[in-house]
Amino acid sequence: MLQIPHFELAAGERLFIKGPSGSGKSTLLGLLAGIQQADSGQLRVLDRDLSRLSGRARDRFRADHLGYIFQQFNLLPFLSVTENITSALIFSRHKRRRLPASASAEAERLLEELQLPPALWSQPVHKLSIGQQQRVAAARALIGRPELVIADEPTSALDDDNRAAFIKLLFRECSRQHSTLVFVSHDAALEPLFSRVVSLSELNEQAIC
Amino acid sequence: MLILALKSLWARRLTAGLTLASIAISVMLLVGVEKVRVEMKESFARTLSGTDLIVGARTGQINLLLYSVFRLGNPTNNISWNSYQRISQHKGVAWTIPIALGDSHQGFRVLGTNQDYFRHYAYGRNQPLQLAEGRPFNDTFEAVIGAEVAQKLGYRLGDPLIIAHGAGNTSFSLHDDLPFTLVGILAPTGTPVDKTVHVRLDGLEAIHLGWQSGRKTLTLSPEQARAADLTPASITAFMVGMNNKVQVFGLQRAINGYRAEPLSAILPGSALHELWSLLGIAEKAIAFIALFVVVAGLLGMLTTLLAGLSARRRELAILRALGAGPRHLFGLLALEAALLTTLGVLLGLALLYGSLQLLAPLVQAQYGLLLYPGLPEAGEWRLVGLTLLAGMIIGLLPAARAYYYSVNDGMSINQ
Repeated sequence: MLQIPHFELAAGERLFIKGPSGSGKSTLLGLLAGIQQADSGQLRVLDRDLSRLSGRARDRFRADHLGYIFQQFNLLPFLSVTENITSALIFSRHKRRRLPASASAEAERLLEELQLPPALWSQPVHKLSIGQQQRVAAARALIGRPELVIADEPTSALDDDNRAAFIKLLFRECSRQHSTLVFVSHDAALEPLFSRVVSLSELNEQAIC
Repeated sequence: MLILALKSLWARRLTAGLTLASIAISVMLLVGVEKVRVEMKESFARTLSGTDLIVGARTGQINLLLYSVFRLGNPTNNISWNSYQRISQHKGVAWTIPIALGDSHQGFRVLGTNQDYFRHYAYGRNQPLQLAEGRPFNDTFEAVIGAEVAQKLGYRLGDPLIIAHGAGNTSFSLHDDLPFTLVGILAPTGTPVDKTVHVRLDGLEAIHLGWQSGRKTLTLSPEQARAADLTPASITAFMVGMNNKVQVFGLQRAINGYRAEPLSAILPGSALHELWSLLGIAEKAIAFIALFVVVAGLLGMLTTLLAGLSARRRELAILRALGAGPRHLFGLLALEAALLTTLGVLLGLALLYGSLQLLAPLVQAQYGLLLYPGLPEAGEWRLVGLTLLAGMIIGLLPAARAYYYSVNDGMSINQ
């Protein structure tokens, strides 16, 4: 599925991965997030060798050091906007410890940074537009200052205006928190915004296309 | 995690609520049946107490018990007054209560006896009969009725009572020439005594003067009847109390081998026990049905959780991305099942005890069954515990499924 001879990313970088379907994108993200395990070779994320950690330790690692944004329908429908953001803290004492203030205060700060109107904060998530929902998802990925934020085609459901605004806000928050950003998309128009661009189909020797 | 489970359940409150209701109703049924079962058994054992032997015509012990104590069915044969007299003068016998059955009043059995009935008959934990109103009968044509008779028929002291020939509900042959006067009403006992009309043996004898094979051949006035010899030729059965319990078996053997007449003497305790073990089959069947209703309720929960799970794979993937391990998701689903079961059981108990609070007086009045709305007893706690345990075990199945999904799907939610 995925075979990468060598690849390195420095802390604080903003990486754009061009990944059309079949390029091994979900495998790469699964490996980075510690859901899947490499059959061979070495995978170091944030100076930890994920290939040598147990499943439980990798879950712990993901909870403590990662923020993850899905393509869409990112949020838990039974929680309010603020609760969705703080849900990233349920499985991580580490993230909870790193909060500068209370969990809800931090969630509200992020919502403000991401320019979501306060009237929406206590609403159920289905009342929000897709663009607003993605901003909530970004806030959830950012809370607790994770070292690595992975975004899996987060803008594919957004229109052009929203897309640009979303990426701008995401960048601002990532640099403020010193989070490394790995952004996967097949939208080549976004490439110029990133400090580094790789094409997964070139990187992956096993790519189908 | 608990809050997450609660909120997730609340978001699915319609299906969760229905599941809860089905568990609650099944638990209500299960515990309710158990409560009625235990109470029936106890009130059954309380029917007769203090009596050492019941003597009747040669028959099975259950049959004799049924007609002499429960007023059910009809006696096969009578026993002669002479045999009764001889046995009651046996040196070990402390007291006897004669019983003559065969007539009825408005569907209630009429029992002919004497003053000893009020002196020696006991039920429950050796409780004697007590009069709620009036006094025991003194005269040939006086009657004392049980609490239920008084309540159903709305009788007051001094009312006249006409006895019908035979035990049917609507008899056409009435002993209407010789009415009885109501002089006493017994306090409720929760036993067949409540449904009985008591008169004196000579009263029964008097109304049957001039009757031949169930037909009236001449009409008498009370004065004419009193003038006749009213010593009965036979009675249906009698109860015996002994001076010394050790002699019970000896007298029982002697009566069973009595030469002059074929008689049976039974120990009420052992007969009651045998009768209950017969009824126990029906009781067990009902308990089994209630048990299966609970199983159905829990299977309903299983169906709901499993069906809901495939729709919640996205939710599982999101939780996974937030750092939840497969064991967390296993725990979440197991917790949901445990919550549903626990809430269902609590709701069921609340419903049961709520309705007991309302229905207990009615049930006692209607069936003489005393259902305490007090705290659940050991047997009920056991059933509740088993239900909880079963619910939690059943919950492991969707939990295992969630585990499997989370390992297989990882964070991919592109179904």
